Amino acid sequence: MDTDQYLEMFIEESKEHLQSCNEHLLELEKNPQDLGIVNEIFRSAHTLKGMSATMGYEDIADLTHMMENVLDAIRNSRIRVTTEILDVVFQAVDYLEEMVIDIASGGTGKKDVRELVESLNAIETGKNAIISAVAETAVTSVLAEENGTVEPLLYDGYEMTVITQSAEQGFNAFEITVQLRDDCLLKAARVFMVFEILEKSGEIVKSEPKVEQLENEEFDDMFTVALITKEDASILKTKVMKVSEIETVTVMPITIHNQSKENEVEAAQNTGTVTTILDEAEAKKDPTEQKDKKNTGAHSGNKTIRVNIDRLDILMNLFEELVIDRGRLQSIATDIQNPELTETVERITRISGDLQTIILNMRMIPIETVFNRFPKMVRQLARDLDKKIALEIIGAETELDRTVIDEIGDPLVHLIRNALDHGIESPAERIAKGKPEEGTVTLRAYHSGNHVFIELEDDGAGVNRQRVLAKAIKSGIVSEEMAETMTDRQVAELILASGFSTAEKISDVSGRGVGLDVVKNTIESLGGYITIESKEGQGSLFQVQLPLTLSIISVMLVELESEVFAIPLTSIIETAIIKTSEIMSAHNQKVIDFRGNIIPLVNLSEIFEMPGTADVSDGHQSVVIVRKGDKLAGLVVDSFIGQQEIVLKSLGNYLQSVFAISGATILGNGQVALIIDCNALIK
Amino acid sequence: MTDKLDQKEMKVIVFQLMDMEYAINVDIVQSIERVLSITRVPKTPAYVKGVINLRGIVTPIVDLRERFGLVSTEMDDHTRIIIVTLEDYEVGLIVDAANDVLDIPLDSIEPQPEVVGSIESDFVSGVAKVGKHLLVMLNLDTVLEPVKRVTADEY
Repeated sequence: MDTDQYLEMFIEESKEHLQSCNEHLLELEKNPQDLGIVNEIFRSAHTLKGMSATMGYEDIADLTHMMENVLDAIRNSRIRVTTEILDVVFQAVDYLEEMVIDIASGGTGKKDVRELVESLNAIETGKNAIISAVAETAVTSVLAEENGTVEPLLYDGYEMTVITQSAEQGFNAFEITVQLRDDCLLKAARVFMVFEILEKSGEIVKSEPKVEQLENEEFDDMFTVALITKEDASILKTKVMKVSEIETVTVMPITIHNQSKENEVEAAQNTGTVTTILDEAEAKKDPTEQKDKKNTGAHSGNKTIRVNIDRLDILMNLFEELVIDRGRLQSIATDIQNPELTETVERITRISGDLQTIILNMRMIPIETVFNRFPKMVRQLARDLDKKIALEIIGAETELDRTVIDEIGDPLVHLIRNALDHGIESPAERIAKGKPEEGTVTLRAYHSGNHVFIELEDDGAGVNRQRVLAKAIKSGIVSEEMAETMTDRQVAELILASGFSTAEKISDVSGRGVGLDVVKNTIESLGGYITIESKEGQGSLFQVQLPLTLSIISVMLVELESEVFAIPLTSIIETAIIKTSEIMSAHNQKVIDFRGNIIPLVNLSEIFEMPGTADVSDGHQSVVIVRKGDKLAGLVVDSFIGQQEIVLKSLGNYLQSVFAISGATILGNGQVALIIDCNALIK
Repeated sequence: MTDKLDQKEMKVIVFQLMDMEYAINVDIVQSIERVLSITRVPKTPAYVKGVINLRGIVTPIVDLRERFGLVSTEMDDHTRIIIVTLEDYEVGLIVDAANDVLDIPLDSIEPQPEVVGSIESDFVSGVAKVGKHLLVMLNLDTVLEPVKRVTADEY
């Protein structure tokens, strides 16, 4: 089979499934009792197995197959989840990742997986029936249904009626459970063949999983069909067995006791929880868990397609042209005053507004896509380093332009490795210092002004001034005289210098002093900055500031004479209208009393050299109170227009760093409005 | 064949400023636009008229008259903006009129004479004589040197 055309899709999807495995494994480590998570992992692994077998990557298929066996044992409660087992599974996922990456870079995806397969095998066969506490609960019995124990199907009222009525008319009702062979490649085709046979013999009332899922191969090796027929069980069984690649067929008469569960099923189906039929008992026991499952259920239902980012750029540019023409249409409509035209233009305006939102959002992705690989990395590193470290992630939903997301991953990896290796002390040291045994590393992302900030904070040892300086002098980065006068911050930033490493011994974890200067260079090449704040003994804060090369921000549009400016909402505290008489003077600086604070007034008309000079204030002034850190200032404007979401555009390389202007945006009417950089206006 | 032609001739866009005609290589010209609404950018040199929205790209606009220290005039129907693409940026040039596209023989281009009008000599790369026309060839790299750190330290 020629599989080249599917290769890209295979790689992308494999990566997604592996990522999902990783996430769920981490979750599982926290809640080892939650078999729902195991199911998620199982599903990902299973899909991966199917895909890789089809594509002919046998090593991946073998490994996933073994992984699947282990997972299956876990969800059947034959094995209890332990860190050791998870380690092996994590390693398996790592191997799989490596293989997928190898394939992506043109390799064959071959790797010696024997050892790992053996250890997985050992786990699986070492199933000396350690029944976990969960085994008794309802969850297991429901889950078991999926796993292969033949459990009766559940029917809703209509299906039940059909079955009872046909029984009255002398029909037989059977549940036929078909187990496909493990190595079955064309599952959907086999399902189709089975259905065709059954439909000839009678009427199919229900199938589990649903027909659509079966067609999309969204099931494991087994499915169950409820059939009303005049034929008897053994004939049906022989007929179905004629389809190739089928392991076993079980035909069971449908019994009426199912009805008792009918209501619960309906309830479960109404909430949209299709993947796992929840027992009512469980739903009552743990409503939050049910909610979680509902979420994951909805998530897996999302359909996505992959679009090249260039096409989105083109779409965006084309759309902006449309917006300009829309603006023209609007003004023409205003001139002509034809009600029909006006109405149509209004409709176009509304629709294109919606369109704009969609197009803009398409280009943005949450930084989560970068962050979500860190928990696993931190877990692994902490174990390697024999430290106890908790990673806290805040603001993973912060949206960033795709281009920045692609670049920011590696620098962050370096920073985290550095924090783990050099920042956080060993548990013994921490206890000696009176700190909690477990170190905390916080990864934070947020928008501020026209920048995205990504901060990495640790409560570790911080930067040791003496040691850093000694090292820097030794490697000739600074002279002794310079060292005397350097501030703590400058010293801390020395560790970003090239050829610098204070670690006494070189570790595998954070390199040989080539790490942090690479980080600095990468970030600067993205047009960002990195700063370090560090308190010896208390920890360090690495702050990465990145420009939003293209990002949607909320702004307040204000008018100055006839020009429109945008002030980022993140800088604004509030807007106010003050009486001219309230303006005071202090050392040639106009100030106002704002809620008990004296804050300086900045006259934007003067700073922006507005051509007009007429002071048209009628005794009142519109003021936007902005902040930089904890400093405030009031910007005097002529009027407020309103709040709007805008696309940030750079002024280009010709106009480099214009004072107090951080960029521009294109307004709905096609005009360019400048974005005020409040940070530059506050000293 | 085409290579030979390329060596002998050069396609240029001819435009007018005051009563002089100038030429720039057609390869770097992206488009010629009528005057669009320009947004002023404060704290930039006077010859930077501002920025326009050129099909979704914010493009700076330079008034060539002011750049060359000539008397500036009101824009009229003939005024055009020539969008040129330099190494890593695009700039629009305001000219009085864009007249023509010409093929000029390379050997008709001479180094600039000592005095050519009032334009700073750095801006001129040569002078081409085509028939009765005298075309001033511009050196756009110096004309459009990026504007850096505009009065950033003033405040």
